[in-house]
Amino acid sequence: MRRALPIFVVLAGLLVAIAVVNPYFLEPPAFLAFVKRAAPLVILAAGQYFVIVSGEFDLSVGSLVTAEVVIAARLIDGSAEATWPVLALMIAFGLIVGLVNGVVTTLLRVPSFITTLGMLLILSGAVFLWTGGSPRGALSEQFRQLGRGSLGPVPWSVLILAVVAAAAVWATRARFGHTLVAAGDNDRAAALSGVRVARVRTVAFMISGLSAAVAAILLGGFAGVSAQVGKGLEFQAITAVVLGGVALGGGRGSVAAAMAGAFTLEALFTLLNLYGISGALEPAVQGVIIIAAVALGAVRFPRARAAAAS
Amino acid sequence: MLRMTGIGKSFLGVRVLGGVDLEVSAGEVHAVVGENGAGKSTLMKILAGVHAPDEGTIEIDGRSVAFGHPVEAQRAGVAIIYQELTLLPERTVAENVFLGREPVRRGLVDRAAMETATGELLKSLGEESFGPRDLVRRLSVARQQVVEIAKALSLNARIVVMDEPTAPLADHEVELLYTLVRRLTARGIAVLYVSHRLREIFDLADRITVLKDGARVTTTEASSLDTAGLVRLMVGRELDSYYPPRAADPPGEVLLSVRGGGNARLRDIDLDLRAGEIVGVAGLQGSGRTELAKALFGAEPFTTGEMTPRRPRSVREAIAAGIGLVTEDRKAEGLLLNQRVRDNALLVARATGAPQPRTGVERLLERVRLSPPRPAQEVRLLSGGNQQKVVLAKWMTVAPRVLLFDEPTRGVDVGAKAAIHDLMRELSQDGMAILMISSELPELIGMSDRIVVLRDGRLAGELPAGSTEEAVMSLAAAS
Repeated sequence: MRRALPIFVVLAGLLVAIAVVNPYFLEPPAFLAFVKRAAPLVILAAGQYFVIVSGEFDLSVGSLVTAEVVIAARLIDGSAEATWPVLALMIAFGLIVGLVNGVVTTLLRVPSFITTLGMLLILSGAVFLWTGGSPRGALSEQFRQLGRGSLGPVPWSVLILAVVAAAAVWATRARFGHTLVAAGDNDRAAALSGVRVARVRTVAFMISGLSAAVAAILLGGFAGVSAQVGKGLEFQAITAVVLGGVALGGGRGSVAAAMAGAFTLEALFTLLNLYGISGALEPAVQGVIIIAAVALGAVRFPRARAAAAS
Repeated sequence: MLRMTGIGKSFLGVRVLGGVDLEVSAGEVHAVVGENGAGKSTLMKILAGVHAPDEGTIEIDGRSVAFGHPVEAQRAGVAIIYQELTLLPERTVAENVFLGREPVRRGLVDRAAMETATGELLKSLGEESFGPRDLVRRLSVARQQVVEIAKALSLNARIVVMDEPTAPLADHEVELLYTLVRRLTARGIAVLYVSHRLREIFDLADRITVLKDGARVTTTEASSLDTAGLVRLMVGRELDSYYPPRAADPPGEVLLSVRGGGNARLRDIDLDLRAGEIVGVAGLQGSGRTELAKALFGAEPFTTGEMTPRRPRSVREAIAAGIGLVTEDRKAEGLLLNQRVRDNALLVARATGAPQPRTGVERLLERVRLSPPRPAQEVRLLSGGNQQKVVLAKWMTVAPRVLLFDEPTRGVDVGAKAAIHDLMRELSQDGMAILMISSELPELIGMSDRIVVLRDGRLAGELPAGSTEEAVMSLAAAS
């Protein structure tokens, strides 16, 4: 946790800065609205954490979100009865995409950067082909409730986020989490200690696919159906994870810090927005952050062995 | 020729060197010895310009020098050859020798000049088995060291620092290195020789400087010391016996047995490992020593032959059958360097779903004599000896019946080495069957209850406890 601390300080600082400009921000309704807006990215970051800490990448989550939303809209087409079966189908689709990413990466030994970049193109191409450019159909009202509605004062998406966060933290503390980090730190040593490296990495990709499915359910309700809904989310998620101090290449960092990184990114965008800075600047800001965060990590943990040894 | 006076250095407030003096004359082999953490490497890195000293002066030929960067040390005639070689494997020998200083003609690299110059350097080192155009990747580690030395000579090095040069070498290659060192000193070059292997030091060194806890204990003529005396200076106490006593009881039941085991690298392996017995494995590099351990452990499984317990096809099957392997390269294959001691110790238990030790990790760390036993420390910050103890703890959590050790004390200081030997004997007395591969013959002979010798992937023979080094070598090297 020592290593995770800086991101929480940065996050707290940003929240205070927002509150200075907008005093209502820390009141429950406004703050819950902020968390609700951040929820999809935080969930994606949690999923991406598992892949990154195991030493891989998942670039396919953005177009997976788009594909999920577009497919759901077409299959539901406004019908209430179709809602629950389609939700189940979305979850299954996310898991299957993750499984394919994992199997191709671990068994066929294609670097995950290429596997998931390929999956990104396959999914976005398939969506384009299927929709001809403009998605058809509509989500049902029940479906949209999950992304925009609330249970009393608390938005559904915040509750779902809480469940996801708890599950993610539990998973990192379970045997699975420990063996996953071991695979990310040194896959050879892990394998020679009995870790099923290919299996735990594949499960990590499936978690990432699952998180994309859940994020798609929330975003579909929140933002509606479009062929752009998931655009750029893979880079936002990776930026968030790196910002949380998780090392690219694996083996270092906590899921709580990765999720805090996602909140921080969202808070930063909110702040820029409050100052009237164009949203068009967001990608540039993200680019600066991801480079700076990785550089900082490299400076803090130089590859050189402890200088004092022998 | 070289005089370092009052050298001191601290890292993050921890003093690792203080008031160290070192004088080296031309044509001398000067050994620098000490336990891990004694400050040898730091002193050498100061000389090579990697670290700047906090205090003290360095003079070369009476002129005071201060190095802000390794390149400045190189220009002053200091070359350092690290334990891990720094050559580019996919480039040729000549390209490596002239890396960054390629001779240029009309704006292009003058390959012909580079290769001629490299060829001459190699010839002057008596090296004829490879040429300037060979790819470094194709050379053995010993030959790669020759390339490093040729590079040093091309820089007009007058002081050559060798940090554990024999660690990656097989026994028969060590002789080549000796020859090389002697050729250097014959040219008036001073060689600073850092090593854990005491025998080499007595074979090569004219003078010995002993460091302990960052200070110089003494500098003395090598001829005035014997091994026991040197060890006493290094550890500050008498290690009255290097090795724990052998098993008093006859070995118990057979816990592992192979008949006719074979794969791509091994043939006709017959082997029994019994409870309470330490079986040593001798053999030259490439004889199949490591491959034997990996086959028994299911990492590169046997494809033929009978084995009890059932021939493992994977590491997990081997672990489930009660077999563990302490790998040769603990950093690459044994440890999660960025993780805490605790997570490393629990790795096997977690990976296989075995119950975690009831007595707790702390007890286990005490048992392996980790000092200090701090479970929350990251493993990369530990000394080699402590790292190896963590590897041992990792296996002890699952209480294997058979434990295979591949070079258990490589790169480990004298004190930790004795602790690891004691522990191995203790485990064996508790009824474990132990197989120990070692290229250090005194260790092999001191520890083993019997020694099997491998040659070209087959068993060349078996020797009883207390056999001589000559007996082992003649079996291992006979053609």
